[in-house]
Amino acid sequence: MTSIAVSTTINDDDVEFLCQPDETLLDVLRNRLGLMGAKEGCGTGDCGACSTIMDGRVVCSCLVLGAEAQGRTIETIEGLANGSELHPLQSKFIEHAALQCGICTPGFLMAAKALLDKNPDPTEEEIRYWLAGNLCRCTGYDKIVRAVQAAATEMRGESA
Amino acid sequence: MRYERPETLMDATALLAEASENAFVLAGGTDLLVRMQSDDFKADLVVDIKSIAGMGEVTETEDAFVIGAAVPCAALGEHEALTAAWPGVVEAANLIGSTQVQGRCTVSGNLCNASPAADSVPALVAANAKVRIAGPGGTREAAVLDIPTGPGKTSLAKGEIIESVILPKPTARSGDAYLRFTPRTEMDIAVVGAGVSLSLDDDGVVKSARVALGAVGPKVMLVEDGARALVGTRLEDAALNALAAACSAGSNPIDDKRGTVEFRKQVAGVLARRAAQTAYTRAGEK
Repeated sequence: MTSIAVSTTINDDDVEFLCQPDETLLDVLRNRLGLMGAKEGCGTGDCGACSTIMDGRVVCSCLVLGAEAQGRTIETIEGLANGSELHPLQSKFIEHAALQCGICTPGFLMAAKALLDKNPDPTEEEIRYWLAGNLCRCTGYDKIVRAVQAAATEMRGESA
Repeated sequence: MRYERPETLMDATALLAEASENAFVLAGGTDLLVRMQSDDFKADLVVDIKSIAGMGEVTETEDAFVIGAAVPCAALGEHEALTAAWPGVVEAANLIGSTQVQGRCTVSGNLCNASPAADSVPALVAANAKVRIAGPGGTREAAVLDIPTGPGKTSLAKGEIIESVILPKPTARSGDAYLRFTPRTEMDIAVVGAGVSLSLDDDGVVKSARVALGAVGPKVMLVEDGARALVGTRLEDAALNALAAACSAGSNPIDDKRGTVEFRKQVAGVLARRAAQTAYTRAGEK
């Protein structure tokens, strides 16, 4: 198969890569670009562990071809913190113990970021529906929902 | 596998017309990329239609909403005029998969994937939606109802692509609704789906109705007996009972792990009745 040359923007950096036509964006991120934050859980769009943001919408990167990234803007977990300063979602996940093994965490954080970018003050129900495509098998969802609520409160500049 | 990203419909249809049987259109990819993970699936050519002008837009004309084949379902819910005009269609489209899937999946893809349980399809059929199809010989229009022919099969000829879904502007005092039954509230596949669209006269009497069911046969079905039971009524109990009976009788489901024949037939009637009531309320509010 002939490789495809792709120019894209990842976490505000211009990035160029070569990929196979049938290679997923997830495989490109992990195997070609060294961005190992997005995880492969199911590979079929059911678990959300590979969630990344493409042109402002959260997507499963396992269901995107690397070639489709051409000209797009991609955000991954590696770009969430500002240098050594954690994003409020990351801080609140730690504070609320919203993770155990951590495999699902990057996906939850990116999905939650997409939610708060769109809706800074979601209800608990809205958070739960929004995150229905992210599966966690050890922490349970309550602590994750509480962490997202706390991050939203902080990001709105209100005290908890 | 070859990946092509043509910039015109003519190029896209030409690529597909010349290709082997293993050629596929890529819009949102939420069905295609899942299939590509399977060892017994082979794609020789994937034609990404997202760079074709207009494919990613919802256009409002004087008498219709034209939904480009690459518009993600999430964008339908963000379109205020479309959501006000066809809330049932938008609800159905927004029930497909997760937030992540919503950001990519399209109603045209839902239709072409031809799953009997596709959520948006009964709502589109109830809304009397059409599709514009581009092919090597030019463009044509067809009813959404006529696109799926059975599980995974469509009436599209080799080289043909759905260019857009066309929803007519609803008439005054009309409304639609879609309901489905799933064991889980999100991320699940319809065991039964029911779409109803109806319009009222000035006295609140149903003038016309369309009732469509999904997941209770090899393809979406239009239940004309059910629609006839509603016309001329204000959805009194007798009319709703007749609608439910027609939907149960018209269903031709299979037994599987998600539901038995008997259960699906009953639920088809229950959901059609509830969807009709919601559509009626919405029609009265316009």
